[in-house]
Amino acid sequence: MDWQGQKGAEIVMQIMLVVFAIAGLGTGYTIGSFPTMMLTFAGGVVLTALITVPNWPFFNRHPLKWLDPSEAERHPKPQVDVAAASKKKAPKHK
Amino acid sequence: MHSFGYRANAVVTFAVTILAVMCGMASLSDNFNSPSPTADVKVLNINWFQKQPNGNDEVSLTLNISADLSSLFTWNAKQVFVFVAAEYETPQNALNQVSLWDGIIQSKEHAKFWIHTTNKYRFTDQGNNLRGKDFNLTLHWHIMPKTGKMFADKIVMTGYSLPEEYR
Repeated sequence: MDWQGQKGAEIVMQIMLVVFAIAGLGTGYTIGSFPTMMLTFAGGVVLTALITVPNWPFFNRHPLKWLDPSEAERHPKPQVDVAAASKKKAPKHK
Repeated sequence: MHSFGYRANAVVTFAVTILAVMCGMASLSDNFNSPSPTADVKVLNINWFQKQPNGNDEVSLTLNISADLSSLFTWNAKQVFVFVAAEYETPQNALNQVSLWDGIIQSKEHAKFWIHTTNKYRFTDQGNNLRGKDFNLTLHWHIMPKTGKMFADKIVMTGYSLPEEYR
């Protein structure tokens, strides 16, 4: 998931769980059946988990732009020489 | 929301927290119920009335207990524990309560009942104060919830009395 996707997944999770809780409480109270409330909420939890937990493609619509390999070569990582560990070597810049 | 495990943990913990809130609200909804139970207990017969070898009075009664407790059952009621107690005053104790019968009602359908029975538990005094004693019979109930607060109440019925002499 990308950053936007993570934020979206969190919001979707919170809203879905609260909606299923209210729906469960409402139906259970009006019908007068406690198991109805519990089963509605349990079903809601499973559905929410299926939608928000796995790494679905629609959470990856704003993928991070990593640097092009050619651009990266022009800025090589600094080399650390183990043999000359006592002396500090300045890193090479271009 | 950074990894599968993180999101799975978030869903589960938030769901459990919400479940606790739902159970609290279910218990609060019991306060909207205004119950109207009725009960009547008749003493059909005094079977025997003796002074035991240890010096305590004991009496055996046949009771007819009828009640309609169906209005006590809400959606959050698991079962109702009901018992009948005899209450009276003696020189030693300001209040004596002796439980004579109890039962458990597990559904609204069984809440309207009558039962014809001798006392399930012995009606024994601490002493020999029962001759000619006036007593109340009180029907107590405890509504045991599925979640949350337990409510208890009672109906007091007065006007019962024991004979002057042992039989």
